[in-house]
Amino acid sequence: MLTNVLFYLFAAILIFSAIRVITAKNPVHAVLFLVLAFVTSSCLWLILNVEFLALSLILIYVGAVMVLFLFVVMMLDIDVETLRKSFWQHLPLAIVLGLVVLVEMVFVLIAKPITLPHTVASFPSDISNSNQIGLLMYLNYSYPVELASVILLLALVVAVALTLRQTNKNSKYQNIAKQVAVDSSTRVTLVKMATETNPEVTISNKEGETK
Amino acid sequence: MKFNIVLALPEIFLTLMIVIMLLVDAFSCQHKKHLNTVLTFITLVGGFILQILVFRPGTSAFAFNQMFILDTLAEGSKLFIYLFSIVILMYVKQYINDKKVLKGEFYAIFLFAILGMQVMVSADNFLVLYVGLELLSLSLIGLVALNRDSTKATEAAMKYFILSALASGILLYGISFIYGATASLQLRDITLAIYSMNGENNTMLLFGLVFVIAGLVFKLGLVPFHMWVPDVYEGSSLATLTIIATIAKIAGIIFVIRILFTALILLNKEWVVMLQILAILSLFIGNIVAIAQTNIKRMLGYSAIAHMGFVTFGLMLVSQAGLSAVVFYMLVYVITSLAGFGVLLLLSKDGFECEKISDLSGLSKIHPVYAGIMLLVMFSLAGIPPLAGFYAKFVILQALVDSGYTTTAIYAVILSLIGAFYYLRVVKVMYFDEKDANLQVAQATLSTRTILFINGGLIILIGIAPKFLMLISSIFLLG
Repeated sequence: MLTNVLFYLFAAILIFSAIRVITAKNPVHAVLFLVLAFVTSSCLWLILNVEFLALSLILIYVGAVMVLFLFVVMMLDIDVETLRKSFWQHLPLAIVLGLVVLVEMVFVLIAKPITLPHTVASFPSDISNSNQIGLLMYLNYSYPVELASVILLLALVVAVALTLRQTNKNSKYQNIAKQVAVDSSTRVTLVKMATETNPEVTISNKEGETK
Repeated sequence: MKFNIVLALPEIFLTLMIVIMLLVDAFSCQHKKHLNTVLTFITLVGGFILQILVFRPGTSAFAFNQMFILDTLAEGSKLFIYLFSIVILMYVKQYINDKKVLKGEFYAIFLFAILGMQVMVSADNFLVLYVGLELLSLSLIGLVALNRDSTKATEAAMKYFILSALASGILLYGISFIYGATASLQLRDITLAIYSMNGENNTMLLFGLVFVIAGLVFKLGLVPFHMWVPDVYEGSSLATLTIIATIAKIAGIIFVIRILFTALILLNKEWVVMLQILAILSLFIGNIVAIAQTNIKRMLGYSAIAHMGFVTFGLMLVSQAGLSAVVFYMLVYVITSLAGFGVLLLLSKDGFECEKISDLSGLSKIHPVYAGIMLLVMFSLAGIPPLAGFYAKFVILQALVDSGYTTTAIYAVILSLIGAFYYLRVVKVMYFDEKDANLQVAQATLSTRTILFINGGLIILIGIAPKFLMLISSIFLLG
């Protein structure tokens, strides 16, 4: 009973914050609402007894990804409102289309309600959650996990390829071989010059008068 | 727990070679231009040979906990993907050398895309299918965006990225419903679960089916999920487009066949209707809108929509004849398009992109052989006998009529006839218009020219003697 109440509470917060992510006018607020959405969905996971996934969601997404994202949003001065003029223009049409899909889904579900064929297995309390996930990931699902790592490598290559500009004159990078090969003669040049006598010293004060 | 890692040797080899190529590219001198091309060539040929070695004909072997399947369908499509990739490599190497893009990265991402296709065609689990699909689409998006100084390319990459992310979301939503109803992600287990449900309580399944179809159809580019196709075709460079428009389509079709014909075959009453509507719309929009195009890449984009619609007619028959017609159609379509893109790539020189239809004007006077190959390509795409494209359309129409879809077959013929207009216009521009001053023919190496001639010759050869390729495409489906 209590879990039911909690589920609906968290689900309501989740939906609200998800809507605010796309409608908030201030990008920092949008990011913060996204953080809220992540935290509430991890609460939903906690209700399902999957504490490892719930905690890793908070640690990875909220702790690492979103904080980084927040920095990016704050560092870049982007006027989101001008970028999103067309968003508000097309919003009415989008709402109508979304409503049509929603109404259709509701009609189907009223006519033929979903009955879950399988009862949800309850977790034995003596088995560690992270242990089970680790076993599944590295035994049963090792193939997709390896493939996911290939996708990460691909993302890395593409990200570098899209940002690296060696031809750009403003980019500064060090030539390590050249740096190592220097000796004192290339760095310090001793020049012989005559001693200067009676240098004219002028001291100026704030008002610009010279003495 | 049996991993059977040997079956995946070609994929492992491919991954290792990608890493080696990235390292070699980082440490090699800038002026060694051909090193990347040679390494890519070695990788593709090595993958092809390994693929032949690991397969025992007539068996379906599983690996990695039943997630990886190697049956004749997978083996055949893998071999053809390697083969077509080698041809693409021969066509694009000159173009890539001339163009100011990062060369090492282009070849590395190209190999990533091929790896994604190999994973997709031999997956037997929804999760692996999805991961392979993402690997393929992300590499294609990367390839489109690689041409980063062009605003068109950036816009196309952005559109492709956002829409493909949306489609992936829809697909995953559908898969989650199917998982909820059947408690499995294994394609074969899902079939069993659906069988044991015996058609009762299947609301959840049908819900999932609708979303899965929407996601799949986006990847194929059928109407009404086609909006990205023309923009991506127009925005990507010719080299990237050759990959998107040929081998990626084969992987996409096999992907759809795996999901619809292995996992969801018992729901065929429901999805046949959906596919029929989608195919009819695609044929209409693709052929009609292509008439208005002046950019040949965009025109080929709309033509791809129409051709995918034609292929979908074969899928919706749910029969062996229909499926082997689909495979035959795809092979012919890819062989034909490859020759067309080969000619366009050879006509693009020193940063000049041969992309307007008017760029081709008077080609017959400058280089009659290339014009001749382009003529074959256009006639074949339009479906004029005795070329390969005619037989491809013919087998699909024959299968349609045999299954009682006579009205649909007549509709398909009429729209193909309308579509012939824009293919023939290209021929008219090449043969009867005045010479274009911009048009220059790039110096191609002997090997590239030989492959192009063989490719063009195949279009005639398959048209005259289609039996051999038809036999191959029916062998595809034995496993």
